[in-house]
Amino acid sequence: MNANMRGIRAIYLFEMARFGRTFWTSLLMPVVTTSLYFVVFGSAIGSRMTEVSSVPYGAFIVPGLMMLTMFTESISNASFGIYMPKWTGTIYEMLSAPLSPLEMVVAYVGAAATKSVIIGAIIFATAHLFVDIQVAHPLLMAAFMLLMAVTFCLFGFIIGIWAQSFEQLQVVPLLVVYPLTFLGGAFYSLSMLPPAWQTVTLFNPVVYLISGFRWTFFGQGDVGIGVSMAAVALFLTLCLGVIFWVFRSGYRLKN
Amino acid sequence: MQPVLSIAGLGKTYKSGHEALSGVDLTIDKGEIFALLGPNGAGKTTLISIVCGIVTPSAGTVTVAGHDHVQGYRAARSLIGLVPQELHTDAFEKVIATVSFSRGLFGKPRDPAFIEQLLRDLSLWDKRDAKILELSGGMKRRVMIAKALSHEPEILFLDEPTAGVDVELRRDMWAMVRSLRDRGVTIILTTHYIEEAEEMADRVGVISKGRLILVEEKHALIKKLGRKTLTLNLAEPLAAVPGELAEWRLELAGEGHELVYEFDSQAEATGVPSLLRRMSDIGIAFKDLHTKQSSLEDIFVGLVHDTKAEQPA
Repeated sequence: MNANMRGIRAIYLFEMARFGRTFWTSLLMPVVTTSLYFVVFGSAIGSRMTEVSSVPYGAFIVPGLMMLTMFTESISNASFGIYMPKWTGTIYEMLSAPLSPLEMVVAYVGAAATKSVIIGAIIFATAHLFVDIQVAHPLLMAAFMLLMAVTFCLFGFIIGIWAQSFEQLQVVPLLVVYPLTFLGGAFYSLSMLPPAWQTVTLFNPVVYLISGFRWTFFGQGDVGIGVSMAAVALFLTLCLGVIFWVFRSGYRLKN
Repeated sequence: MQPVLSIAGLGKTYKSGHEALSGVDLTIDKGEIFALLGPNGAGKTTLISIVCGIVTPSAGTVTVAGHDHVQGYRAARSLIGLVPQELHTDAFEKVIATVSFSRGLFGKPRDPAFIEQLLRDLSLWDKRDAKILELSGGMKRRVMIAKALSHEPEILFLDEPTAGVDVELRRDMWAMVRSLRDRGVTIILTTHYIEEAEEMADRVGVISKGRLILVEEKHALIKKLGRKTLTLNLAEPLAAVPGELAEWRLELAGEGHELVYEFDSQAEATGVPSLLRRMSDIGIAFKDLHTKQSSLEDIFVGLVHDTKAEQPA
């Protein structure tokens, strides 16, 4: 029997409809936060900073801002998507459907990643209202964005399966991902830190992701693009591995 | 005839060490209504959950119309519809959307005409655009049934379908089950309402402490295990059962106005004629008499009680 494409479609559309119910807030939220960041960092602070390695500060923060929002949105959307059916009990239907685990992941992660990419694009468009941005490698940038959205949605999916309460659902995005992203060079270059802190920061995995994304914009980053790509591939493989194990063992899905 | 469902050596031990099922063998024929009876916690829901793919078994195999439920899970699950015991619904979804969603989830092409007929059959058509959270409990139950039937399954599992359901819905549900059976759908229902099994089932299985202790055609079961009681309304009350009648082991009831004799209706000699003769000999007169066949409920309570006595928890 072939893949259950109709099943994937049903879940994908269900998830997109869920986002659709909060369409305007989903749309306005990134516009408002982006504008706030630009007012605070771009205008208030940025006017004193001028340039970071020959890139105007206002433009410099755009990739970091996009990543910061996309990371948190990806995780919260994907984790919520799979946590809700677990919480309400409607998961019984997915588990009893002729749907492979891979198809289930494709549907949930696909929908959440779609939303993340849309939000990323909105931030990108909003940023144009404030600063002039030239993207050096547009195709790579789009690919990077997509890859980040998928990877963090996979990560969110794992959190959604692991979580047993709404509190746990919030813990990882708020207490781990948000600080790591903030400290991962979203709004500054590593070269602006004292050498000791530069070394510490290199242990933060998010540094490599943000640096890679910034590279697609300006052709330069804190670390080489090859290192960033390797970090992305590693994180993606790790998430896929965990998900494979989850479905193999039935962990927190089938008792 | 090839069975539509065969279960062999099925066992489930939860991580907590609780053994929910043990060595269950069961074969269900196409088009029958099978009732699985058992007290709460006997393993009914675990059994259904394993067949439907929600719980992974610890041991044993399940074959659905020739498809192994692990190797051939797509084919197997496509044939099965499940109405779970709890009302699990997406509160913010509209009725028609959630039912159409289920059809898609099971890989069936869209068929608005079929969905319309299904909703009409379940008296849900007028509520098709209502959000599920606006519905009453009984209506939600109907939505669950519509979801389970949306992909035209050949086997329908109803887990405690009438628990907490009003009389009208229960009657509708019974009528629906019969019409599904007429279309060739196999129905497996769990219940602890014996009258439900007695009313609808072709065969009955009794499960207790994770073991299937009995599977029997319903009428045969009532006949085989059923006992009859003869009640004699006496003309004059008695203070005690007379010694001459000791061999029948009678009981005195109704403040001495009734003599009750319990007997096996299948036995060669029921003992009824000889009892009446002896009573007439010793001069005990009666005004009236009636006999009563024990119900499935009496049998069930007896069976489960026996297994409890055998395996003290």
